[in-house]
Amino acid sequence: MNDRDFIIDRYKDLLTTYLNGKNETALYKGQQFSRKLIEQQISPEDVVSHHINVLNDLFPDMTEEMKDAFDFLLEVMIGYGFAYREHQSLRTRQRQLESEIEVAASMQQTLLISDVPTVDSLDIGVKSVPAKKMNGDYFNFVKDDKSISVAVADIIGKGIPAALCMSMIKYAMDSLPEQRMQPNLLLENLNRVVEQNVHPNMFITMLYGLYDTDVHKFYYAGAGHEPGFFYKAATDEFEDMFAKGLVLGVSRTTKYKEYEKQLGPGDMIILLSDGVTECRTSKGFIEREEIVALIRENMHKPAQEIVDSVFHELERLQEFELRDDFTLIILKRMV
Amino acid sequence: MNLQISHEETNGVHYLTLAGEVDAYTAPKLKEMLVPLTEEKNAQIVIDLANIDYMDSTGLGIFVGALKSTKKNDGTLKLRGMTERVKRLFEITGLTEVMDIDNEVKGEAR
Repeated sequence: MNDRDFIIDRYKDLLTTYLNGKNETALYKGQQFSRKLIEQQISPEDVVSHHINVLNDLFPDMTEEMKDAFDFLLEVMIGYGFAYREHQSLRTRQRQLESEIEVAASMQQTLLISDVPTVDSLDIGVKSVPAKKMNGDYFNFVKDDKSISVAVADIIGKGIPAALCMSMIKYAMDSLPEQRMQPNLLLENLNRVVEQNVHPNMFITMLYGLYDTDVHKFYYAGAGHEPGFFYKAATDEFEDMFAKGLVLGVSRTTKYKEYEKQLGPGDMIILLSDGVTECRTSKGFIEREEIVALIRENMHKPAQEIVDSVFHELERLQEFELRDDFTLIILKRMV
Repeated sequence: MNLQISHEETNGVHYLTLAGEVDAYTAPKLKEMLVPLTEEKNAQIVIDLANIDYMDSTGLGIFVGALKSTKKNDGTLKLRGMTERVKRLFEITGLTEVMDIDNEVKGEAR
């Protein structure tokens, strides 16, 4: 006996029990039974059809009108059957889409992942964690003989559109190697690409910098990005690293200004995304001073441990539920 | 979290008053209201943000889109009454340089 035959038999039992006793338990069993029917993908019109067959068995003397009325009901239920099957196929489709998104997300990670370079004179720490499956924050390092360039960007909007936009940024940057040494020109070129190619509601904030490992100077320019911090070991002070400039993608002719910082031993460049400062906790927003205090607390550690510790603390404050993508990068001059 | 939008039209000027939060969840509501206005020829739009206590970057994106759209249609868009937190967002992103923003109105008699 296959499952289907079993179900028909069982239906007959349940119905007979109910007709004989008319008690609550039998009714409850009927309700339970409908789950079984759904599991077996038995459509509403099939249920009615079984019902008719069972009634024919139980009451062979049913009037013709009653039989006709049931046939009529069967016709009416066919529409429900269609709707039910459509629902089933949509559910399957949804599962497929979800798994495709998973694949896209992992592809994005592999495509965009940037190796953190190692240089003797610099200690570099990076933590970038997405709030959802796809990360809207982007960072990238490029290393050559005497310099390291670093970009941190936040793509406005979340999910798939942001991810696609990020791939565009990555390839646009790869195709501008001659501007790599001039942060302001790099942003100007990138801005033109973004302005022409993104949806009007979308924009990108970015901080791009070049660290010259010969003279220990950091040249940088910003496009509306959350300011980072500069830590000066000599005075033991943190200051905001402002880099004024309009976000990418708003106005084609935007010009950017280049800034520079001279680093001494122990000095740090701290770059972040607004997911770090716009963290909301049950008590309100995390202020920038609190971020500085967290960095200061962990400053004696290697750069990677500092960013890890700051992340874990902020994650704890948000009750382990990130609302925005988080990116924190520290470049610390060793000697 | 919610966003209330009220819309009045006086002498051809659209006045929108927003209250609540403009974030990824409420931004579509604002967009739906604002976009058709920005697409009118020569539209004049004034948006009061005095009662917005939180705005995220998606919210900011709606204003960027509205700015582009009004420019394209020879209209004007003016924002006023920003709270400190919202103002900071416009300053960091450099949008204060390209948008018509008037924060002096807050607290004065209207």
